[in-house]
Amino acid sequence: MSKFKKKTNVKQDIPTSSMPDVVFMLLFFFMVTTELRKTSIEVKQQIPKATQLRKLMRKTLVTNLYIGEPNKPAQYGKEPKIQADDVFIDTKDIIRWVNEQKSKLDEVERDQLTVALKVDKDAKRGIISDVESELRKANARKLLYSTLEDKDKNQ
Amino acid sequence: MARTTPEIPNASMADIAFLLLTFFLVTTTMPNNRGLSIALPPPPEATPPEDVKIQERNMFKIQLNSSDALLVEGEPREDIRNLKDEIKAFVLNNGRDPASSDNPEKAIVSFKTDRGTSHKRFIELLDIIQAAYYDIYAEQAGVSNAKFREAASDLSSTENKEIYNRGRAGIPLNISIADPTKVGN
Repeated sequence: MSKFKKKTNVKQDIPTSSMPDVVFMLLFFFMVTTELRKTSIEVKQQIPKATQLRKLMRKTLVTNLYIGEPNKPAQYGKEPKIQADDVFIDTKDIIRWVNEQKSKLDEVERDQLTVALKVDKDAKRGIISDVESELRKANARKLLYSTLEDKDKNQ
Repeated sequence: MARTTPEIPNASMADIAFLLLTFFLVTTTMPNNRGLSIALPPPPEATPPEDVKIQERNMFKIQLNSSDALLVEGEPREDIRNLKDEIKAFVLNNGRDPASSDNPEKAIVSFKTDRGTSHKRFIELLDIIQAAYYDIYAEQAGVSNAKFREAASDLSSTENKEIYNRGRAGIPLNISIADPTKVGN
């Protein structure tokens, strides 16, 4: 019987004194990497996948255009729409919008403005090519089709 | 001299930190600044319509219709696995095959879609065309495809610029994305 009653003197506690440090480290990581979103996206955004991605280094030179079906079809209908900043815009307003974006940049960097098109994968080429031809007229000719990385295909 | 040292209770510090951590975990969005980059041609008014005659052999035609079906050089195509190698062979033909391109500078990959083509399919094909070109550049520069793209994304360092120029030498990125046809909408 005495076999089973033997008490072990080994401590079984996990040391928790360093827990706050670990948690603070994680906290700082997320605080630094987080990007507070200024706009709420009102269109569907299922970004397609691709393999040949390139990264944009200068974040200040990038401006986003969101294209897709509106999230609230009752209010805005089912046709894909273009969202810039917080509002839906028409294709004819794009030139004005691009000039607004350019005026925010330094004069020397204005021709380096890159437009990132965040397009839902079900959107049609028609609306995108309309946007592209307006961007050409507005002389914002650096374009990026935003995509996710396709890890399955990338070897 | 028995003085009690004032202390701030720190037992709840971990809890507070967890609370903040949870908040940032939930609200965080990783910025995605990656994608397929292209340069648009100058506006149509700025360039007077020149009557450039491009020989048939220097064009590699890829077309997508409104139901996302594919035509390559006029032939319907289902399987797109070999397309990348075909484009590479076409660009680097250098006049060997009389039906293919004269040289990489003249070779043009023409990509035409319809207004009804979906963006997903468009990206899929554009990805293949760009993969062909980046493979060629990477091989010429003697680095891997991923390394070349990384270098091309950040030309601020001289090393990257050197890789980029070495890869691009003599082979322009001739991808022509034509205005879409108007069948579907």
